[in-house]
This record gives sequence, structure tokens and C-alpha cells, in this order.
Amino acid sequence: MINEAFTTSNSIIHRLDPRLKIIYAIFFSILVALCNRFEALFFGLTVTVCLILLARLDKKIVFKRLILVNGLVFFFWLFIPLTFEGEPIFMLGPLSFSRPGVLLACRFTLKTNTILMMLIAFMSSMPVYTLGHAMGMLKIHPKLILLFLMTYRYIFVIQQEYQRLARSAKIRGFNPSTNIHTYKTYAYIIGMLFIRASERAERVHNAMLCRGFNRRFYCLNEYFLTPLDWGISFLLFITLTGIIILEWSQLI
Amino acid sequence: MESTNLIINLNEIYFAYPAMEPVLKNFNLKLYKGQRLGLTGQNGSGKTTIFHIIMGLLKISSGDMEFFGKLIREEKDFQEIRQKIGLLFQDSDDQLFSPTVLEDVAFGPLNLGKSKKEAIDISKKTLKRLGLKGFEDRITYKLSGGEKRLVSMATVLAMEPDVLLLDEPTTGLDDKTKESLIQLLGDLDQSYIIISHDFNFLSRTTTSISLMEKGQLLMDKDVHSHQHYHSHQHGTYPHKHN
Repeated sequence: MINEAFTTSNSIIHRLDPRLKIIYAIFFSILVALCNRFEALFFGLTVTVCLILLARLDKKIVFKRLILVNGLVFFFWLFIPLTFEGEPIFMLGPLSFSRPGVLLACRFTLKTNTILMMLIAFMSSMPVYTLGHAMGMLKIHPKLILLFLMTYRYIFVIQQEYQRLARSAKIRGFNPSTNIHTYKTYAYIIGMLFIRASERAERVHNAMLCRGFNRRFYCLNEYFLTPLDWGISFLLFITLTGIIILEWSQLI
Repeated sequence: MESTNLIINLNEIYFAYPAMEPVLKNFNLKLYKGQRLGLTGQNGSGKTTIFHIIMGLLKISSGDMEFFGKLIREEKDFQEIRQKIGLLFQDSDDQLFSPTVLEDVAFGPLNLGKSKKEAIDISKKTLKRLGLKGFEDRITYKLSGGEKRLVSMATVLAMEPDVLLLDEPTTGLDDKTKESLIQLLGDLDQSYIIISHDFNFLSRTTTSISLMEKGQLLMDKDVHSHQHYHSHQHGTYPHKHN
């Protein structure tokens, strides 16, 4: 289900301090989302492509994920140029593709891919629990982190429970089709999943109480900023400044 | 035995789940220091319920509970008790909730106020003792059933409790893992209560076995030998069984 395909490599990106990666990914994504000029957007794209290459990720999987998102982007290409008002760039029978519409779709595509690749390079390259811990050290509310880590931990258990239920339906000859019996069976399975999940939540809570849980979650790992971290963060800072200059230089 | 050695004393306990027949009626249980008690009985006879009552996870309707010579009633008292009594749950997936093994084992010691370094030391030692050296960074949900059970055991032992409550520790374990569990229990200093349907396991790990029936505990101090009849192919050939 969640296989953390990008965490296995040991590149320079993987060795970076997780806190640094989270902060940079957030700032970078917000900046790119705000940009309008193509100079800035292409610069951003170049930076992320470099980071992906540096992270030495499995290119096939990266490509697969990009295709997934661009399938969604494709639908925007169908509608935005057609529905946006402005000077037409070309006509196809009664349909007119407006110039501002096409440009907007271009920007949209660039931004989506840039931000996605940034998240792949920086966020997907660390295991989920490292992400949780790093968020903890960034003083994000412990309740949110607890929720995040617990969801991650028990999503597998819930998946297994679903598979158990689905299997037990299957071995008794359940064959899904479009009828009320199928809907009813699925409703039962989902209902049963909710009940089991809530009961399990209670049992887990009890287990935590038994071990003296007092609403605090401790993090064992400690991270220290190494010279490599400082060096890289300087470079990353320059890229952020670059985007800002390319986007807003004439306005200043 | 002296009353100072009395660790757990449940007196005239009455408990019922909502809208159900009472599970425990005038229930009594005493556990002395060093005692190793086995608990068996039919499904639904209330064995697990007793453990949860002892840990304060379920509230009784009447009766007295004394732990280490102290009368315990409120949640606050139970928080103290939970540090001294360790409960091993039936389902290991309930017990292991941290991402990595080391974190899960260190969770208890950290809650007891140990420093990070101490907690890690204790956890590593406990894991080593259970033959789980090198498991520290393993992801808890990716462990096998037997490994999960042993890690759960480590999470309980890491809190260094005076008493252990083990709820069906052998379910799902193969003979080899079961054997190492028996060895481990034999080496422990703690008193414990084990719930199990496995008489063979109970007779090797406990000093007395009680039977749960109709909300009461039935004791049987004597050991009865009985004969088994069995058959298999080539049975006429002279042979021995272990």
C-alpha cells in the first residue's frame, strides 16, 4: 500500500537533515505556487530536476507518479483554454482556444510538476516516521504528529482487516455485480471495518495506558546540523532568492 | 503466607458488561510474591476481564482491590499500579504502536521518567535478553507473528514490573518460539499470572493452575495423572513417545 519506494537510496539528499528538507520544501512550494513569470517557473523546474537527479531515485517510479498527476492536469488542458476569455490563439471549428487560457494551463502544468517533484525529492526520500519526528522537532503540535504516525501505523492493520473480510466474502461465493446484494455486502464490510477500527483504537489506547502513557510522545532520534547541511542550505537559499528575483525583480 | 507478601488481592469482585449477565460474581483472587499462577477456562468465562480489571481498564461495580497492601480505587491510583504490573495483550498489534521496535520498547521506560539514554540502554538490554538483538530499527508492523509476540514481551519487561499478566502468550507461536518463551519465563524473577488453554505450557511455566467457571475461580492443588489413548500407523512396532 505505502511502500516508501524512494527511501532506500543513500544519496546526498537522503543524508540531509529532515528538518531542513521539510522547511525548504514548504518555502519552495509556496514560492512556486505564487509565481507567474515563466522565467521563474522554468528556473524552479530546473532546480527540482537537479534535486531529483541528485537524490538518485528510481526514475521509472518517479515517471510513473508524474504521469498519474499529469493525467489530472490533462483535464485542465481540456477546459481552461476553452472556457477562458481573451484573444483566441487558434480556432477549431466553433471552439476557440484563448491565449491567456493556454498560458494559464502552461503555468498550471509547470507548477504542478515542479512542486510534485520537489515533494518527491525531499519528502518521499525519508521514511514516514522520520518525517513525523522531524515535524516534532519543528514544534508542530504533538497531537497532530501522533495522529499522523498512528494513522500510518494502523492503516496496514485496517488494510489487513479489510482483506480478511473481503476474502471471507469471496470464499463463500460472493461475486460483486450491480445489484442490491452487492451494495449491501460492501456496506456491511465497510461498517464492520469502522467498528473494528474503533474497537482496536480502544484496545491500543488501553495498551498505551498500561505502559504509563501520559499524552506525550517521545522521539528517540536526535538530529544535528552537519557542515554538509549548512552548505546545502546555503545553496538552497540561493535558489529561493533566484526565484524571487526572476519573479519580482522589475517590481522592486 | 504472610500478608506482606500478598501482591494482588481481589476481594468479592462483582463485574458485568452493560446489559449482560455478570461475568464475575463474588470473585476472589490472591497472588503472592513469587507465585506463578495459571488461569484457564472456557472462552468468555472472564479471564481477560480479570486482567483488565486489575489494570484499571474496566471499572468494577463492587468489591475491594488491594495491590501491594494498598487499597486501590481511582484512576490516579491505577496509574501507579500500571508501572508495577505489566500486561501482555492477546493481540500484539494492539501492543505495538510505535514505528520502530526500539521506540516501542523505550516507550514505557520514557513514560516512567527515564532519560532518553537510560531508556535506550534498558530497551537494548531487554531486546538482547529476548534474543532480539539487531531488531532495534525494524518496523513493528513488518515483523512476523512470533517476532511481534516477543517484542511485545520486551515492551512489557522493559518497564521492569513486579508482576506480569500474560494473556494467551502462546497463541500463534510455533514450537520453537514457545520453547524459548518457556525458557524465558523460567529465568524471570517476577510473579506472574498466565491465561492459556495450553495445559502443557501451563504445567511447565506455573506452580498452580486455576479454572475459571461461572464467574468464580476453582483451585485444584493436586496433580492428577491421566491416560491418553492414541493411535497411529506402525503402532505395533515397539517405540517411545516424548
